[in-house]
Amino acid sequence: MSEPAGEDPASAATPTPDYTSSYNPNDPYASVRETTEGPIYTVTGQDWGDVLGGEGVNTERIVVNMGPQHPSTHGVLRLVLEIDGETVSQARTVIGYLHTGIEKNLEYRNWVQGTTFVTRMDYLSPMFNETAYCLGVEKLLGITEDVPVRASVIRVLMMELQRIGSHLVTLATTGLELGALSMMLYGMRERELILDILEMVTGLRMNHAYIRPGGLAQDLAPGTEEKVREFCEIMPKRIQEYDDLLSANPIWEARTRDVAYLDLTGCMAYGVTGPVLRATGYPWDLRKTMPYCGYESYEFEVPTQHSADAYGRYLVRLDEMRESVKIIEQTLEKLRPGPIMVADKKIAWPAQLALGADGLGNSLGHIREIMGSSMEALIHHFKLVTEGIRVPAGQVYVAVESPRGELGYHVVSDGGTRPYRVHVRDPSFVNLQSVPAMCEGGLIADVIAAVSSIDPVMGGVDR
Amino acid sequence: MNQLISTSPLSLPSRAPVAATEATVSTFGHDPWWLILGKVVAVFVFLVLITLFLIWAERRIVARMQQRLGPNRTGPFGLGQGLADGIKLALKEEIIPAMADKPVYFIAPIVATIPAFLAFAVIPVGGVVSIFGHVTALQVTDLPVAVLFILACSSFGVYGIVLGGWASGSTYPLLGALRSAAQVISYEVSLALALVPIFLYAGSLSTSEIVAAQNRFWFVFLVPSFVIYMVSAVGETNRAPFDLPEAEGELVGGFHTEYSSLKFALFFLAEYINMTTVSAVATTLFLGGWHAPFLLSRVPVLNSGWFGLVWFTLKLLTVLFGFIWLRGTLPRLRYDQFMRLGWKLLIPASLVWLLLVAAMRTLVVEDVNLRRNLVPVGIVFVVLLLLVSFWPSSKKPDRDGEGEDGHPEIAVGNRAFPVPVLPGEQTDPTLAPREVTRA
Repeated sequence: MSEPAGEDPASAATPTPDYTSSYNPNDPYASVRETTEGPIYTVTGQDWGDVLGGEGVNTERIVVNMGPQHPSTHGVLRLVLEIDGETVSQARTVIGYLHTGIEKNLEYRNWVQGTTFVTRMDYLSPMFNETAYCLGVEKLLGITEDVPVRASVIRVLMMELQRIGSHLVTLATTGLELGALSMMLYGMRERELILDILEMVTGLRMNHAYIRPGGLAQDLAPGTEEKVREFCEIMPKRIQEYDDLLSANPIWEARTRDVAYLDLTGCMAYGVTGPVLRATGYPWDLRKTMPYCGYESYEFEVPTQHSADAYGRYLVRLDEMRESVKIIEQTLEKLRPGPIMVADKKIAWPAQLALGADGLGNSLGHIREIMGSSMEALIHHFKLVTEGIRVPAGQVYVAVESPRGELGYHVVSDGGTRPYRVHVRDPSFVNLQSVPAMCEGGLIADVIAAVSSIDPVMGGVDR
Repeated sequence: MNQLISTSPLSLPSRAPVAATEATVSTFGHDPWWLILGKVVAVFVFLVLITLFLIWAERRIVARMQQRLGPNRTGPFGLGQGLADGIKLALKEEIIPAMADKPVYFIAPIVATIPAFLAFAVIPVGGVVSIFGHVTALQVTDLPVAVLFILACSSFGVYGIVLGGWASGSTYPLLGALRSAAQVISYEVSLALALVPIFLYAGSLSTSEIVAAQNRFWFVFLVPSFVIYMVSAVGETNRAPFDLPEAEGELVGGFHTEYSSLKFALFFLAEYINMTTVSAVATTLFLGGWHAPFLLSRVPVLNSGWFGLVWFTLKLLTVLFGFIWLRGTLPRLRYDQFMRLGWKLLIPASLVWLLLVAAMRTLVVEDVNLRRNLVPVGIVFVVLLLLVSFWPSSKKPDRDGEGEDGHPEIAVGNRAFPVPVLPGEQTDPTLAPREVTRA
């Protein structure tokens, strides 16, 4: 505006110098198009000055493209920040860099194979994905009440172990991003204990596909209970260590207190759940409010804080880990020998898994039966494995409390052997909306603290 | 003031005659050319070796603190890791961004590295020795204003960072460079102010004479000065928890994001040498330089000549260990908090302390023996300093949702949005549902 008027035609007449050869205005993937709200630019990594051809560029502002390749954006989150000095005046989240098409793929595989897919969504809490999905399928099948107690107890055990593991990663990455390098290693060190237990039980450190519609893939491995007990003895001390290391550290407090503030109104408006919501003082935890898997029979508290900031979320997570240890101890007391799969032969896998000479496989007794004595059993097994179970038509919504908030599965069946549609309400996806509300007006460094306090897992966001 | 400075140190009623093993400014300037060249090469080699050792030590020590092993494959205990990394870096492909201002981009790492080496020229690493019949001090040279020379070198080094960040033609390096400029300017003030009490006590700005003045008492008894100096030094060298210019979590790599290969290695080298230099300055000015520690200093053989090199190196490594320890322990401060620490705490504190020291010196010149009181005053000061820095902020954050504290309000309208009642919360009649119509 303040520029002399005579200069404009002159500058317009001069062709814009080609600073980089990378920008091509005719690029079909990065073109400019006019809309009623003004021109829309698709930016694929050029300099703003080049894209806009020198016009309309406000030199006062800098647009920083934080991510998708950035050490602190939790994988491939992209934040487009408009900054004024060090202050963020606008923050926009861009997602989709980890889109895997899991939801769509589910429609092309049978119901049991679904667990193999959903476990890969939120890769820091696979057990929650599996449980929520299986609870949905079980509800459609109408067998929610028939799931054996032992299976439910083991599910709770696995989920609570996973919750600690997930919160440890959050703590570790938050520490790393705020510069507390040692916290990173401590968090990973303890997570290793959890992964060892999960590996012992399921055979894998992640992507377990352990929880199946109707129960579990297999029973606990021998020696698991002792190992979990050992873990329950170690963990409270270690949690106290993190507490001692960080909670009263003035720098840690300075970096997280009153940072990324989002009060109850904000959480409600955005549908934010999980530790972010509980840090506003509202004790909303699906394990208490809408119990599943028998959570109503466990004694535990729902930790809350009232600060509604990153520090509060950190404290909530610490306390949740303590509560999870309590729940795990209770599951060990509740464990009684018994079946781990529903009795219905039309749903349950006919064979139990057993360790053979050539690795894990169907139990020898079962193979002897279907190969030697019962043709019908062989046919049944074959149909169940190749075609899959049939689920009555209908739709259900089932939600569990994942470490990040309400993880909901909307499962639709048309009566066939495959899901008609499975839609996931992933807490990371929903919570990520609050990034602008938390970050705008703050400093760049606060964006990092805000994002890590939300703890988004991009695998769950993009699905 | 002149009188103040030229008077002998307070703690020594009559200054001990400078022993033959102590150097003064007049000791320098008589060396033959080959000896000077030898010293320059020796200092260069010493610094490069220390850097190589430091890279290894830092990784091993931090690893130890984090219950890892750290590099242990390259040579005994992994000692060759620094060298291996250096060679790897030098052989890497050089990538220069298209938008870079090439000449400046090229010069910047050199500008950062050279002053880092230069500053070490005036650091005394040992006493007076005889090399091939020439009596000389273990120090390249000394100036009547040697400490100012060190300060000048360290502020010159920041040009390399600023130019490098600017010339990269990219956002993160630019932000890193700006942070660095602000940081060094701010912390240099408190760094220099923290040194003034030393000058008052030593009566000199020459490093060799400051060391000589510490032949009985180390200046570390000027505790506030030492604390302020060390904090500022960490800020000055961009080390954790003040590593904002290269804050990995925020600015990717900060000013050196766009640098690769040998140019990156130069920045890396400069950072480590700067760290060594500020540690060497701390050793020289506060920890008695090359003098033997405590009781050992009574033994003349241990407190002179080549032995000085051993003590100096040991002290240097101890200070450097502190840097590494910090990195393994503390999170990173935010930019504005860091600036606040510098301007609102360190600079006023060092000014007040300077005032106190100057007052004490005056009293001594006036023959009032208050030596005994100096240490309690220092302790009280440090306690106050700690109290101020750890005092919980009395400012209550504004939580009424008015957005006065800078938190953006949610656009859906204040309190008009239905919010569940928190446990134990009394429903405020004024906040009762206002005709919330639901279809």
